[in-house]
Amino acid sequence: MRRHISLYGLTFSLPLLIWQLLFFVFPLVFLVALSFWTVRNFRMEPGFDTVNWVTMYGRPVFWQAYGTTLALAAAAAALTSALAFPCAYAIAFKLSPAARRWAIFLMVIPFFTSYLVRVYSWQVFLSDAGIINVMLGWLGLGPFRLLNTVGATMVGYLTLSFPLVVLLQLFSLVFIDRTLIEAAHNMRCGRLRTVFAVVIPSARVGLVIAALFSFILCFGDFVSPIYLGGGDPTTLSILITDTTKSGQQWPRAAVIALTMIATLLVVAFLSVRFAYKGRAQ
Amino acid sequence: MNQENELNRNPLIDGALKLYVVLAYLFVFAPILASFVFSFNSDRFPSIPLGHFSTEWYRAVAADPLVWDGLRNTLLIGGVVGVVSTALGFGAAYTDYRYRFFGKQVYLALALLPPTIPVVIMGLAMLAYLSRIDLSGNALSVIIAHVVICAPFAMAVIRLRLSQMDPSLEPAAWNLGASEWATMRHVIIPFARPAILGALFITMAVSFDEFAIAWFVSGLNETLPVKVLGFLQGQVSPRINAIGTFVFVTSMTLVILAQLLLSGRGTATGKE
Repeated sequence: MRRHISLYGLTFSLPLLIWQLLFFVFPLVFLVALSFWTVRNFRMEPGFDTVNWVTMYGRPVFWQAYGTTLALAAAAAALTSALAFPCAYAIAFKLSPAARRWAIFLMVIPFFTSYLVRVYSWQVFLSDAGIINVMLGWLGLGPFRLLNTVGATMVGYLTLSFPLVVLLQLFSLVFIDRTLIEAAHNMRCGRLRTVFAVVIPSARVGLVIAALFSFILCFGDFVSPIYLGGGDPTTLSILITDTTKSGQQWPRAAVIALTMIATLLVVAFLSVRFAYKGRAQ
Repeated sequence: MNQENELNRNPLIDGALKLYVVLAYLFVFAPILASFVFSFNSDRFPSIPLGHFSTEWYRAVAADPLVWDGLRNTLLIGGVVGVVSTALGFGAAYTDYRYRFFGKQVYLALALLPPTIPVVIMGLAMLAYLSRIDLSGNALSVIIAHVVICAPFAMAVIRLRLSQMDPSLEPAAWNLGASEWATMRHVIIPFARPAILGALFITMAVSFDEFAIAWFVSGLNETLPVKVLGFLQGQVSPRINAIGTFVFVTSMTLVILAQLLLSGRGTATGKE
């Protein structure tokens, strides 16, 4: 259906293109320019100075935060994938079609509830006099410090990415050719071995993409590390909000943001390559 | 399919897996349910055992003029964002449905990529860029930023609907003498209407909940979610639960409306 360029076609194609160029591409490109600007007397001055890059990359705090963020996001992606898989597997293979539809519908609901409100709710569960510690108290245990720990940050990351990962895993599991599983069973392949030798490899693309999304979400999230993790250890996203909100050090924040984008691009590229490794094309 | 599986079923493993699913959903819904319960609970520092039933947090929220300002901003912004991003998303979905052209991959990347960029980065980039062109710190800046991340959702929803359309429908209308514009108006838009309305509600719901980018660019014109972030930073207060429950009910109404439109009428006229 190849047609020449017409006013009609452009009416529908151009608005989005213009909007995303003006307000998506340009801001990101501007971020690059901004990272070379300087700040004098609390005012930003356009220029080409590498001072922000040198300053930020020269700070041990920055690299510490970088390492922390990378480790936390990777751990969250692994943990979320591992915890989500049995759930997605059971929904895909053990539930009736009607129950499966309900399960999917319910898993979509969290996307439309406020993440902030859910994080606040976890504070109520995890605080020193919170629900979990009161329950543990009934058993004569605790109280334990649950809030402001890395574990609490992980709970927040799970809240953020668990539903998405379950859904993405589920969609890749549902499309597995079930005769493959039957064949494995018929050849006396054990239950667990079938999962690891047949199901997981068949659904690999979806599983890796799901983990990647979890990584991206947690890598950029500042709410859980602040309000559940207590801001310690500092992550890159906390560093960005602090640098931007307190004072006019936007060029330095731009350095952090660009470093994050570069990291995400590398991780995304590697994951996609791993996901499709050995596949046709 | 299930019957063939019956041979290999082990009730113990199946039971354990089903129990695991229940636990997973419990984890997902615990904070949502707790927020609902504690919004009606009298205690200043929510925990168990529960205090008595009380609507004082709702009253406190309703008496706060800043919350009303936030709500007004949120509704205004959400409404405009819904309409603009649905229009842009429809254009992009139709472009993808009908045309093949050089650079289409790039076009689609621009149309779908924005929601995958971390919100802190989008927030910073938007703030820096919009304040450079004197557009930051007002409702318009939030609208601009939200359309960027909402249009992809609209595009995805509408594209899905267009792919259910018989590809020969449009050429048939042309052959019968209808112009492209008339075909758009009398064939394509009516066919896509449930998805267009669905996209409208979904993009409104996304804008309604978005707090990070809005926090960066809104300046003094805070939206309700930005207000919640403020509550979270300041003294912890069950008022968050009251707002949260209100926002949840509103968002869910929008989503369920969208769902009804997408599935109900979709099956009536579509071919599924």
